[in-house]
Amino acid sequence: MQRIGVFVCWCGSNIAGTVDVQAVSEALKNEPGVVYSTNYQYMCSQAGQDMIKNAVKEHNLTGIVVCSCSPRMHEATFRKTAAAAGLNPYMVEIANIREQCSWVHKEMPIGTEKAIILGKAAIAKVNLNTPLIPGESPVTKRALVIGGGIAGIQTALDIADAGFPVDIVEKQPTIGGKMAQLDKTFPTLDCAACILTPKMVDVAQNDKIRIFSYSEVAEVGGFVGNFDVKIKRRARYVKEDVCTGCGACVEKCPMKKVPNEFNLGMDNRTAIYIPFAQAVPKVATIDPNHCNMLKNGKCGLCAKVCAAGAIDYKQQDEIIEEKYGAIVVATGFNPISMDKFDEYAYNQSKDVITSLEFERLTNAAGPTAGKLLRPSDHKHPHTIVFVQCVGSRCAACAEKGKEYCSKICCMYTAKHAMLTRDKYPDTEVYVFYIDVRTPGKNFDEFYRRAVEEYGVHYIKGMVGKVVPEGDKLKVQASDLLDNKQLHIDADLVVLAAAIEPDKSARPLATMLTASMDTNDFFTEAHPKLRPVESPTAGVFLSGTCQGPKDIPETVSQAGAAASKVIGLLAKDKLTGNPCVANSDELMCNGCSSCQRVCPYGAISYIDKEFRMPDRTTKIRRVASVNPAVCQGCGACTVACPSGAMDLKGFANEQIMAEVDAICK
Amino acid sequence: MNKEYLRDEMLRMSGVNPKKCMKCGKCSATCPAYDEMEYHPHQFVSMVEKGDIEPLMKSESLYRCLTCFACVDRCPRGVEPAKLIEAVRLSVIRQQGANRLKADDVPAKLDDDMPQQAIVSAFRKYSK
Amino acid sequence: MQMKEYKPLIVAFCCNWCSYAGADLAGNNRLNYPADVKIIRVPCSCRVNPMFILRAFQKGADGVIICGCHPGDCHYTSGNYYTRRRMAALFSMLDFLGIERERTRVEWVSAAEGAKFAATMNDFAEKVAALGENKRLEDLRCKK
Repeated sequence: MQRIGVFVCWCGSNIAGTVDVQAVSEALKNEPGVVYSTNYQYMCSQAGQDMIKNAVKEHNLTGIVVCSCSPRMHEATFRKTAAAAGLNPYMVEIANIREQCSWVHKEMPIGTEKAIILGKAAIAKVNLNTPLIPGESPVTKRALVIGGGIAGIQTALDIADAGFPVDIVEKQPTIGGKMAQLDKTFPTLDCAACILTPKMVDVAQNDKIRIFSYSEVAEVGGFVGNFDVKIKRRARYVKEDVCTGCGACVEKCPMKKVPNEFNLGMDNRTAIYIPFAQAVPKVATIDPNHCNMLKNGKCGLCAKVCAAGAIDYKQQDEIIEEKYGAIVVATGFNPISMDKFDEYAYNQSKDVITSLEFERLTNAAGPTAGKLLRPSDHKHPHTIVFVQCVGSRCAACAEKGKEYCSKICCMYTAKHAMLTRDKYPDTEVYVFYIDVRTPGKNFDEFYRRAVEEYGVHYIKGMVGKVVPEGDKLKVQASDLLDNKQLHIDADLVVLAAAIEPDKSARPLATMLTASMDTNDFFTEAHPKLRPVESPTAGVFLSGTCQGPKDIPETVSQAGAAASKVIGLLAKDKLTGNPCVANSDELMCNGCSSCQRVCPYGAISYIDKEFRMPDRTTKIRRVASVNPAVCQGCGACTVACPSGAMDLKGFANEQIMAEVDAICK
Repeated sequence: MNKEYLRDEMLRMSGVNPKKCMKCGKCSATCPAYDEMEYHPHQFVSMVEKGDIEPLMKSESLYRCLTCFACVDRCPRGVEPAKLIEAVRLSVIRQQGANRLKADDVPAKLDDDMPQQAIVSAFRKYSK
Repeated sequence: MQMKEYKPLIVAFCCNWCSYAGADLAGNNRLNYPADVKIIRVPCSCRVNPMFILRAFQKGADGVIICGCHPGDCHYTSGNYYTRRRMAALFSMLDFLGIERERTRVEWVSAAEGAKFAATMNDFAEKVAALGENKRLEDLRCKK
């Protein structure tokens, strides 16, 4: 039997004005378990807290009920008071007789009656409270960043800056991501490489950061503070620590007709290659699908010319195991495939290109050395049509487009249009738009400059079809404001393709038990208040893997994710919330219902040996909750058909007792 | 006639929800009969939504629509303007009781290149 | 014997993150609602076991309302979706047992919606009061 003390607060006249506090403390005196009941002007004051502490000692209290303001206000205060008096802090319950009683009811008798009932409910609950001790777990002081684009780079740099070691896993041979492919960045028009490559060098030179390029996350186990991760380092057939990046092998390689993915297939590379001049790590990689030596055992030229002796044709994939305290997902995006958009003739004409291809065409390090030339005949285009929202805001057909707005296309198209007019004033530039969306600092000014200063023709309407005819592209479009159908003979058509999360994100989310939305963007823990955390504790989100974003937004989110990681890694031990689910193994029937509803992946099933009444043993499959991962929502408790699953601090019995007390 | 009644009737007949339209104009951009039409596919959608249907019913545009369904195919929001145009056309034909195409008219219009299906579909579209 | 004035007994389950805070806000703004409403705090609306609701009706409650975060805003990402499905099933069963639909309700109240909380409780209490006492599931063994 508990020995409960009841403390009724007046809150000055806030409570005492509408609730007869004396009557409440008198009425609650005779409730089961109550050995002491009193009231005081300000329970939360030092004097009030001392009163509680003294009563605990004097009356040997095991439980405390404070009838006062909302537990959201002072539950923590009174828990500390209880702890100071030597009680378990979770033996305190609050009856909310201010916000939910005295402040909303006007008449004294009604308020008093309700306050007594709320007090009784709290007493009924405390009678069933048990001391709870929060679990503690150590924290591995190392972070993993998955993805080496600008989001991953910024996150890693910020975490390393705080003194914690970071590993970056990047599936390409170099870090840099999509930003490395861009030419200029809106709205300031500074060149992407000029601002990105110094950061890449910082990463390479930071002794806190390790880069696992050409690698993938193969397996994730463990939980917040204690993740066990297996990283697969794919064989690049070049010893990374020996290669100097001199490029002699690249010059000599006879396989020169491999489509260059860095330039989106618009030119060729060799079978052994360094993706681009500023690659980090600047190490050659052999593409096993095109290398004659690896395919047929003939050639070996690169090994002959390599002065450092870095080539190793026998290299194997390697698995590295490492422990991490926190994981940041920065898997980024890709433009969607244009295969389904027959109307724009993307697959029929080389001169219909995506915006990312346009970036490469205008990039000084691109296939045309920065000269804007048509991919088909390398002539200068005189009429360029840009089409916005290709696949974005497309709700009609899920396999064709995406329902969401890709967010960045309006601005980069304005940038492309402006740069084209700036460099080639003899070019007519048409932009077909549905809406021009420019929410961002200096964004609308930028777009207006494209129209007003650079004379880009912005036309409200969509392009209906593009038909290649001779060396022209016949563009048929509507001009909604003029109520006309337009026919333009274009030399180049640029499609602002929608962006989608990288394909690797979905399997990764499964490994991390992090949730995703229907578009495969990672879900944040709270859309407004916890935007960089995944609902899975210890997993953080950076960049476009969470939703379409431009570079400034990505960088600020990357920094925010880093600060959350630093906050986690700065702790020596993680103290959990003790109000977590708990399964009674004797009652569990192993049905997995709880596992399926758990949003955090906190429940796993283990085979456990049980002694039977007849002294034999039997192995049964039972649920086991990881208290470090469980957040205490209680979804599993209701899903459990056998009643084995319960929530500490909000147990079935406790809530039932509250219901009983209220309905008496 | 009552605007709202007319609109509801069009929506019921066509099964189209014009509120889904995001006014991109791709239907009209793709329309092969655009220049023949006084009112264009996107206007059908927005005018029906507003209940502004009587001008559409009086317009020759109804019979210029080829029902090629290019607009239906290309619409990113799944609005299906061609179905809406057909609904307006049918309501006119039914109200007037007047067939736009009578059996007697057919022989004069025939030529060797015309597929039979076109005649059948013309009957479906333009007769009561 | 003198007839006492009929006052309905309403049990409200409120999730800790949104609706309970919404109820607190109603208090902060001094918005009145009937004292017949008694709130029980749960971590998430999905913690509400159908057993609790049955028990309340068994013990003589006249109405039960469950308040949670708006869909998509759940603190635990998906708890309120479970609530919505579970309660749809439970309420239709209760309907079958003769507990009128107006006696049960799921409502989404955010932490900023103090006014909505008060308005919801006023409306719910009024509807329940109009139905009169609930005797359908009342267990006489529970009566003292």
